[in-house]
Amino acid sequence: MSSPFSINGGACVAMVGKDCVAIACDLRLGLQALTVSNNFPKVFQYGENVFLGLTGLATDVSTVSDLFRYKVNMYRLREERHIAPRTFANLVSSSLYERRFGPYFVSPVVAGLDPTTGAPFICGFDSIGCIDFAKDFIVSGTATEQLFGMCESLWEPDMGPDALFETISQSLLNAVDRDALSGWGAHVYIIEKDKVTKRLLKGRQD
Amino acid sequence: MEVLLGITGKDFTLIAASKAAMRGATILKVSDDKTRQLNKHTLMAFSGEAGDTVQFAEYIQANAQLYSMRNETDLSPSALANFVRGELASSLRSRKPYNVNLLLGGVDPITHKPSLYWLDYLASLASVPYAAHGYAQYYCLSLLDKHHQPDISLERGMELLRLCADELKRRLPIDFKGLVVKAVTKDGIEVMPFDEDEVVKGT
Repeated sequence: MSSPFSINGGACVAMVGKDCVAIACDLRLGLQALTVSNNFPKVFQYGENVFLGLTGLATDVSTVSDLFRYKVNMYRLREERHIAPRTFANLVSSSLYERRFGPYFVSPVVAGLDPTTGAPFICGFDSIGCIDFAKDFIVSGTATEQLFGMCESLWEPDMGPDALFETISQSLLNAVDRDALSGWGAHVYIIEKDKVTKRLLKGRQD
Repeated sequence: MEVLLGITGKDFTLIAASKAAMRGATILKVSDDKTRQLNKHTLMAFSGEAGDTVQFAEYIQANAQLYSMRNETDLSPSALANFVRGELASSLRSRKPYNVNLLLGGVDPITHKPSLYWLDYLASLASVPYAAHGYAQYYCLSLLDKHHQPDISLERGMELLRLCADELKRRLPIDFKGLVVKAVTKDGIEVMPFDEDEVVKGT
């Protein structure tokens, strides 16, 4: 109950489709059972089509998202190009492992499209940077168990952007309704070759 | 049992803090001001461990004022909120972290948009329409959920504060000696008259 990962609550999920990926998060920020804010996004954009979802301790969500904004900006200035999702994933991994014996209490999720091949890429991490590559979906947060159940039953290979949006939205919305620590609306990003669509889902407000 | 409250409205942010300075079960002072002005249109209220609160708040205040003097511009409320969060977050992983909860209220000097930031001792930052710290959260957030609208007038804001103060007095086991109320508007920060004993009728 007082694990740093479940004080503030929150959920995040990423999914692969046909030539597209999706990433979504809930909007709750709480202190144990008390909801403090219902507008606390956990998905951040780094470059053209690289996205990072962060669940866990809210202070570390902010710290880590700010840290990667700095690191990715420095990368872009040095290399004079946007960072690729796979490169970003390795940056996340090594940055988290730097704090091996005093970790940031976050469970990151990376989603994006490879800038050269356009191939979908998603992966998840534990709090010390061990990468979990996946071909289907990645979940994280206090609603992981519920999200695994929803994704296992709804996800299928080679979905188009519209089907993918429907699948990820239903998965997240129905998962967070069975978790007291997450919910209160959601952000959903659908990432295609040269288009990113961000949608705001209202969800249950209780 | 310290009370911190914040409400935003159409063109203002209200910050209220309890006047009692307590040590254990003893009340040492009945006219304590738990707020510090950071610049012309940003106000910060604080609660938490005795020495930490004022030490941290005045450190932030000094840095905000130093910035204003060096650059001949004030930092915006959002810039200040993120600065404070950074300081509190680096303190959190130090040998002796500051144990301070904050509310940061302000009006943007250019857009005149009011804003309110909620920060706890873990340095979790949230931008909110209304906020509270400590036990006041359990009593006042539900009241404000019901009665708050984003476009309320200053008078209506004060009315909501009286409603909250009334509920707190009814429910809290220790007298918090009333509230200091300050209003942040585009014209600056003003102390608002606040009568604790005024009878509140359910609105």
